Amino acid sequence: MSSTLLRTVPALRGALRASGAPKAAGAMASTSFVRGKATLPDLPYDYGALEPHISGKIMELHHAKHHQTYVNGLNSALQTIGEAESKGDFTKAATVAPLLNFHGGGHINHSLFWENLAPASGEGGGEPDGALKKAIDSDFGSFDTFRAQMNTALAGIQGSGWAWLVKDKAAGTLGLVTRANQDPVSGPYVPLLGIDAWEHAYYLQYENRKAEYFDAIWNVVNWKTVAGRFEKT
Amino acid sequence: MVNIGSLWQYLALHSTLSGDSTNTNNTANNLAKMGLAAYTLPALPYAYDALEPHISAQIMELHHARHHQAYVTNLNKALESHVAAVAAGDVAAQIALQQVVKFNGGGHINHSLFWKNLAPAGSEDASVAQAKGLVAEIEKTWGSFDGFKTAFSAALMGIQGSGWGWLVKEAGNGAGLRIVTTKDQDPVVGGDVPVFGVDMWEHAYYLQYLNGKAAYVENIWNVINWRTAEERFAGRSEEKTEL
Repeated sequence: MSSTLLRTVPALRGALRASGAPKAAGAMASTSFVRGKATLPDLPYDYGALEPHISGKIMELHHAKHHQTYVNGLNSALQTIGEAESKGDFTKAATVAPLLNFHGGGHINHSLFWENLAPASGEGGGEPDGALKKAIDSDFGSFDTFRAQMNTALAGIQGSGWAWLVKDKAAGTLGLVTRANQDPVSGPYVPLLGIDAWEHAYYLQYENRKAEYFDAIWNVVNWKTVAGRFEKT
Repeated sequence: MVNIGSLWQYLALHSTLSGDSTNTNNTANNLAKMGLAAYTLPALPYAYDALEPHISAQIMELHHARHHQAYVTNLNKALESHVAAVAAGDVAAQIALQQVVKFNGGGHINHSLFWKNLAPAGSEDASVAQAKGLVAEIEKTWGSFDGFKTAFSAALMGIQGSGWGWLVKEAGNGAGLRIVTTKDQDPVVGGDVPVFGVDMWEHAYYLQYLNGKAAYVENIWNVINWRTAEERFAGRSEEKTEL
C-alpha cells in the first residue's frame, strides 16, 4: 500500500483513518516506509489497464514478481555491503557490486518504466507536444523518424536489455541509448522514456514476435510523464 | 568503401548477386555463388512434445522453429554481407559485421548443441548410467555428483540477463572439467569442449515456468542426454564437423 493508492482512493484513506486501523498502519510501516529500504512502488494503473497492448497477466507478473525480485535483491545487496563495510571487509563489499548494479538497476528501470506508460484510453499513446516535440523534431528530424530509430535500437538488442530516449545534460540534446540487462542509464544522460526489451516484458503475449510488441508499446507511452522528465532537466 | 585492387572482384561479385538479400533463398543462392554453403536448421532428434512435462511442446516448437531458425537466417545474411565486404575491401563493414556473426553464429551453435544434449525423461539416453567416464571425472572434481548439480544450478541461477550455462572440458593437457556461463549467444570457444549446455534465455522456459526459473533449472536435470554428454567428454562426438 503506497501513497499513490491512498491518493487515488479517498474512500479507502478515510476508512483507514476512521478505523484507526492499527494493523494496516503497522503493515504500511513495515512494507513501505522503512527508511533506507527499497520498496515496490504501486502501479499508477490496474494490471489490465494497458490491454490489449500489454496483457494483464504480463503486467502482474512483471510488477508483482519480477520487479519485487529486484527490490529484494537490491535490499539484500545493500545489507551485505553495509555489513561488509562495518567490518572493514571492502573485498567482500566489492564482490557484491555486480548484484547492486543488477538489482538496483532493475528497480530503477522498472520504476521509470511503469510511470512512462499509461492506458491507451487515458494519457497513453499519441504524440508529444510543446517543448518535447520541438526537441524531438530538432534532434531526430521528426517524431516518426525518432520512433523508427527507437524500434531499430530495440530490435538490435542482443539478449536482455532496455532502450531509452535520453537527454544529454551537458549538450542539452536528445539521443537514443541501449543498456544491457539491468544496467541503468547514468553518466551525462537523463532517462526520459524507457522500453523494456527483456523477453518477460512481452513473451506471454507476443512470443517470438517481438517487433509486434515494439509497435504496440507506442499506444501506451505516457508522453505527459516523458515531457515532465524533459522539462525538469 | 572500395579499394582499387579489389574493385574488379567487387564488381564481378555484385553483377552476379541476386538483388533481394532479405529473401532466404536468395541468400542461400548468393552464398553458393561465393562458394559457401548456407547454414540450415537441424532437425530435432525427438518430437516437440518429447520433453514434456519438463519442457512443453509449445516452448520446444517456438524455440526450434522460430528462435533457432532466426539465428540461422540472420547468420547466413551476415555471412553473405561479410563476404561481399571482404571482396570490396571494406574493413569497416567487416568489423561492423563481426558482432552480428558472433551473435547469430553463436545462437546457431548453442542451440544445435542444446537439442542434442537433451533427451526424453526416462529414456536410456537420459540415464546418468550412460556417462560413466564423465561422472567419475565429475565426482573427482566436485566431490560428488550432487555437489556438481548444486554448483551447476547455482551458476545457472546467477546469470544476469540472457545467457547459457555449460559444463566444459578444458583445452590442454589437464583437460579438467569446469562450469562456465556465457552471456547472450556467446559460444564456448578457444578449444574448450562443451559437454552440455542449458539455455537460460527466458524464451527457453517462460511460457511454462513464468518467473519461476528455479523450477526450470530443477527440472532440466530430468532431460539431460548423458549419452551425448559422455560422447563429447570422451572426444567421440562428430558434432564439430557437422556444424
